[in-house]
Amino acid sequence: MTLPDIWFIAIAVLWTGFFILEGFDFGVGMLHGVVGRDDAGRQMAVSSIGPLWDGNEVWLVVAAAAMFAAFPGWYATMFSALYLALVLALVALIVRGMSFEYRNKDAHPRWRRTWSTLMTVGSVLAPFVLGVGLGDLLHGLPIGADQEYAGTFADLLPPYSLFVGLTFVVLCALHGATFLALKTTADVRERAVRLTRRIAPWAALAVLIYITWSHVLSGKGFLPNVIEIAAVLAVLAAAWLVKEGKEGWAFTATTFAMATSVLVIFTNLYPRVMVSTMGAANDLTVANTASGSYALTVMTWVLVVLLPVVILYQGWTYHVFRRRLTHADVTDE
Amino acid sequence: MSNVDLARIQFAMTSIYHFIFVPITIGLAFLTAILQTVWHRTGRDEYLRLTKFFGVLLVINVAVGVVTGLVQEFQFGMDWSAYSRLVGDVFGAPLAMEGLAAFFLESTFLGLWIFGWGRLSRRIHLAAIWLVALGAAGSAAFILAANSWMQHPVGFEINATTGRPQLNDIWAVMTNPVFLWGYTHVLLASLVTGCVLMLAVSAWHLRKRSNPEVFARSAKLALVILAPAMIFQMFIGSELGVVEAKYQPMKIAASEAQWTTCQPCSFSIFQIGGGNQDQTPTKIIEVPYLLSLLATNHLDGQVTGLNELNAQYQQQYGPGNYVPNVFIQYWSMRVMAYLAMVIVLLGLWGLWVMRRKHLETAHRFLGLAMWAPVLLVLMNTAGWMLTENGRQPWIVQGIMLTENGISPSVSTTTVAISLTVFFLLYAALTVVWLVLMLRYARKAPPPTVPAAEDTTVPEPTFAR
Repeated sequence: MTLPDIWFIAIAVLWTGFFILEGFDFGVGMLHGVVGRDDAGRQMAVSSIGPLWDGNEVWLVVAAAAMFAAFPGWYATMFSALYLALVLALVALIVRGMSFEYRNKDAHPRWRRTWSTLMTVGSVLAPFVLGVGLGDLLHGLPIGADQEYAGTFADLLPPYSLFVGLTFVVLCALHGATFLALKTTADVRERAVRLTRRIAPWAALAVLIYITWSHVLSGKGFLPNVIEIAAVLAVLAAAWLVKEGKEGWAFTATTFAMATSVLVIFTNLYPRVMVSTMGAANDLTVANTASGSYALTVMTWVLVVLLPVVILYQGWTYHVFRRRLTHADVTDE
Repeated sequence: MSNVDLARIQFAMTSIYHFIFVPITIGLAFLTAILQTVWHRTGRDEYLRLTKFFGVLLVINVAVGVVTGLVQEFQFGMDWSAYSRLVGDVFGAPLAMEGLAAFFLESTFLGLWIFGWGRLSRRIHLAAIWLVALGAAGSAAFILAANSWMQHPVGFEINATTGRPQLNDIWAVMTNPVFLWGYTHVLLASLVTGCVLMLAVSAWHLRKRSNPEVFARSAKLALVILAPAMIFQMFIGSELGVVEAKYQPMKIAASEAQWTTCQPCSFSIFQIGGGNQDQTPTKIIEVPYLLSLLATNHLDGQVTGLNELNAQYQQQYGPGNYVPNVFIQYWSMRVMAYLAMVIVLLGLWGLWVMRRKHLETAHRFLGLAMWAPVLLVLMNTAGWMLTENGRQPWIVQGIMLTENGISPSVSTTTVAISLTVFFLLYAALTVVWLVLMLRYARKAPPPTVPAAEDTTVPEPTFAR
């Protein structure tokens, strides 16, 4: 295994970590208005991710920076090709980030409603656009021999990519629902359980189609492998597990489904990093976009030393905030 | 306007905006950590109340800083893909390290700190705010290392087959003299910004006689740090000028509108003309020897003029105009330096008032101090204009021209759309941020409550 291969894996891991973690806070953002019938309920939902979302979002920052550092050609082509889509993603990420911090800074109903709306819209849009972007990598975009994007905005939206975007939205919603079922109490928890059961069949169907489509697209036949089938089953299992009151396991199941779904893109891509629809010779690959071995060696050391530390203290944060939130917690705030 | 112009405006706009919040965040994080440490050591209620009070202001700022930082990171690839492709091998490494080593730390521990009141032991909770401050300062370090590489590229070789710079010495990148001086400069600017904000908010309360027993303490803390930090800052800034004069002589010559070579060189306090076309400005007041001293550390040092430098560059890099925008350069230098002096005077005035023990009743001083944060925003912005405009026309000094760094696949319309979107969004953010800052800065500091019930927001503002 070469250094660029290691970094391809690292980037896949970073994107996976991002969707596992930020995935549930996307879901909570989408659903907080549904699980919370009144302001206190909505506040409970939002409070469940209050201390966590910012740390989760850093996974995206690091994933993007790692692409820049390890595969400048990939980062350059992908980000300039997806330009307007990324503007949309950034707007979505900005408004929802602000809404988490600012929503509770005023009790006026209109203030709360406005931020709630922005939170919902931002939390749906962000995973959708990022999903479309990841889908584009595998579907392929018109990329010329100079590695530059040669298409228009409409070329970013083939049916496959749109479907990937949709799948990630549904999956994030499910992941958020199991998280809410795990972290809240009373009526909010009950509604989260019901939502999980309602979303799960659709999510399972979406994941199954998405996996199959990805296989076909990359010329690997029709059949999902064992892990992929397990991911679909995990989605279905989540519905059953929440009903049995095993929310922890349900959340584990949606985590597994999320991880597998992100990795489907990367495993089908390799050794390519971005497919060109203008001939395989124009594909961006691990080899033709990577940085030099010195830079990759330095960064490997940094990653190997620091990522475990990061996971350790982020894990500890989750441990500190492991308790379910009650209505009393929220009104005390 | 070309897509290069628009992309430059967008990058300048979003960077300047982002850097309103960065120094506030770094400065306030350290000051809040100090307040909490004093509370931890002395157990005095006033410091706990101040910790929570300024903690809320910190959070309101971090929110904007974090979300606008994401735009900066994405923009390299979106607008400057040719640049990213060329230099990612070197430039990307410090960015990736920033995330792993610093940003994770800041974000994770900020969440822990905000929601950790009553959930963490007092000692660990105190450690959390220090880690937030360290993370914020660490983030700035890696970003500055990357930026300094654009000013003075070191630690790389050009790959013979690809023609691209390749990292070959990370240590050189992290000990780049431009970085070491520039980072110290930014850290001190952040500390000063935090102090001025704390002073301004405290001044407002003292004038209104709201909780003077609490805000006199924060005003004093800010004042004790402010003047010494700002004076030290001016020495660092001047030393940074000498370092930059060595590697980017254009930057310094342009900041004095010095078209011809001089020795010794005077510094004009104010002049009329001397911009991009006019090479014989009318200097109103001149300080002899000062430019020589600032640029070289010697009273009779030689400063090469813009014309001669341009001729040298043309010989070295081919035909073209290598002189940055002289007007911007000349005035950003002065706005920065003069405002710095105003801040020093304000700080010394405050110390003097404090020594005479009538800080709480010094209405004229407090009235002026209230407005000082505006000066800080202007000063910090001018500082960045000076260093970034002075790098032009290069995106990486001597390696790539800005106009060549643009994304070839991105049309002018696309950049125009995105510029409009970000302009409108940032304008809206500014309104919301200002409303919240003004409101929370005017609140009374939260009363202390039993530790167990003690949560994020200082007052039960949204109890139903």
